Amino acid sequence: MKEISELTFPDDLRYTKDHEWAKQDGDTIKIGISAYAQDQLGDIVFVELPAVGDTFDKGGEFGTVESVKAVSELYMPMGGEIAAINEALEDTPESVNNAPYTDGWMIEIKPGDPDEYNALMDKAAYLDMLKGQES
Amino acid sequence: MKASVGTKGLIFNEPLLWEKGVDGRRGFSMPTRDVDEAPLDESIRGDGPQFPDLSEVDVVRHYTHLSQWNFGVDSGMYPLGSCTMKYNPKTNERQAALSGFTGAHPLLPDQLSQGALQLLYDLERYLAAVTGLPAVTVQPAAGSQGELTGMLVFYAYHKSKGQPRTKVLIPDTAHGTNPASAALCGFKSVAVKSNEKGILDPANISGLMDEDTAGIMVTNPNTLGLFEENIIEIAEIVHNKGGLVYADGANMNAIMGMVNMADSGVDVLHLNLHKTFSTPHGGGGPGAGPVCVTAALEKFLPVPRVVKKENEAYSLSWNHPDSVGRLHAFYGNFGILVRAYSYIRSMGAGNLKKASQLAVLNANYIKENLKDTYDLPYDRACMHECVFSDKNQNQYNITTLDIAKRLMEYGFHPPTIYFPLVVHGAIMIEPTETECKNDLDAFIAAMKAIDRETRENPELLTEAPRIPKVRRLDETLAARKPKLAG
Repeated sequence: MKEISELTFPDDLRYTKDHEWAKQDGDTIKIGISAYAQDQLGDIVFVELPAVGDTFDKGGEFGTVESVKAVSELYMPMGGEIAAINEALEDTPESVNNAPYTDGWMIEIKPGDPDEYNALMDKAAYLDMLKGQES
Repeated sequence: MKASVGTKGLIFNEPLLWEKGVDGRRGFSMPTRDVDEAPLDESIRGDGPQFPDLSEVDVVRHYTHLSQWNFGVDSGMYPLGSCTMKYNPKTNERQAALSGFTGAHPLLPDQLSQGALQLLYDLERYLAAVTGLPAVTVQPAAGSQGELTGMLVFYAYHKSKGQPRTKVLIPDTAHGTNPASAALCGFKSVAVKSNEKGILDPANISGLMDEDTAGIMVTNPNTLGLFEENIIEIAEIVHNKGGLVYADGANMNAIMGMVNMADSGVDVLHLNLHKTFSTPHGGGGPGAGPVCVTAALEKFLPVPRVVKKENEAYSLSWNHPDSVGRLHAFYGNFGILVRAYSYIRSMGAGNLKKASQLAVLNANYIKENLKDTYDLPYDRACMHECVFSDKNQNQYNITTLDIAKRLMEYGFHPPTIYFPLVVHGAIMIEPTETECKNDLDAFIAAMKAIDRETRENPELLTEAPRIPKVRRLDETLAARKPKLAG
């Protein structure tokens, strides 16, 4: 596992305490897991995603990610309807390890309440939380 | 012997049998055919299976070579947490090989199978005595099938009350297969968090238990190796809402003869004969997962039931309209049941209890001797297993996987790792009662030596294992691109 200083956390994303990231893109929000989450999980071998059209509340479980060590749940950073899923992850789950913020994105949602985005942590707040966990 | 038990040795590369086969080789000669060839119906003609041509010596050497790559309880200590890899006494094999058992045909009528039926009947009675639950089926062929049977009984019970239920509570320290068994029966599993002591909090259960919840699946002792001290109170909460309590007996080796499961509020319990009752396991089976229930639930058990009325012979009974049906062809994995029967009879009640006491003592001995070296997240008296983490070694970039791989080179099977999930980087050690103090001390010394290497020579861990036949397997590739055919 890497030191937090060795991991990348883009400035233009928002983060959750469960280590998902969210990125506003016009009317929709893209969601994935952070570099810290993929590093903790280790090599990811399977990602289970919902169907387009499913709706979830904020904090709802939208899927699971399976690494060689364990299966972990994925939680919605905000409530909304699934507008798209990253189908490429079915054949190349390693994208979540190699490129967690780009090719490794998981779902795109139409948020129920767009204001929930601003309530998420920014990079500084997320890094503070991670450093708190380490000590 | 002062040297580490793991050492070098000559083992052999071995090709697949298909690569080894040579056209025309034979294991034995068939007598010359002395009858006329009869034509086969066209509809059943076709290519035969692709078996290689091999001689007897080819086959014997093949499997002997493979067995030399292997590590089992007959090779050394196998402290795989929650799997109870205890030594399997050879007398069990001897009894199971008796020709009366091996030659028994499952389609023989009851009156010609009295010995086999009596063994099934008596084994059910012994398991009832060990658990305190009066009605038993020995039909389920594995722990997972025992769990499924238990969930079918849950379903049948609630249906009989006219009110099917949809949810089952499952603690985060339950045996890992429980949610799958509940889901297979159509129940939605509701996760219950354990408290800071690593056990269930009755208040938590109170908050979650409602009249749409069929009951709870508890593993006791749980997968942290801790006894669920509040089980009686938890069972009361569940029963008050009309639910049932299922106990996963995976960890029964800690409490044989020590805890009456019926008195602790359990309605349904499965046992793993291949763990607690010393029938062989590892390598995929066969196992046996008997299910024990309260008298009120007996009518739901699988058919056929083995019955014995006074002054009558043993017989198989099919007339149980409330039964969940049959779970397995014939009567379960009979050869495994013979081994468990042999184990119970050769131990006797007193020694079964002592086995549990020694299993708990051994786990606590390891816990106390290693807790200053490895992080112990729940520092309490444990039952038959103890769970450490790799927290102390993480600062040197050494993880649980490295420790497990290095332990192989010291001649020990690695413990269960990364489970239970509530402990990050878990190292779950279950020594069982069949390891003597010398072996426990050798294991402790190896674990301490590995901790020293973490600081002084970490490459020994990150590059481990170097001695075994194969080094680190590419688990990621195996999971991402599984190749399931030869």
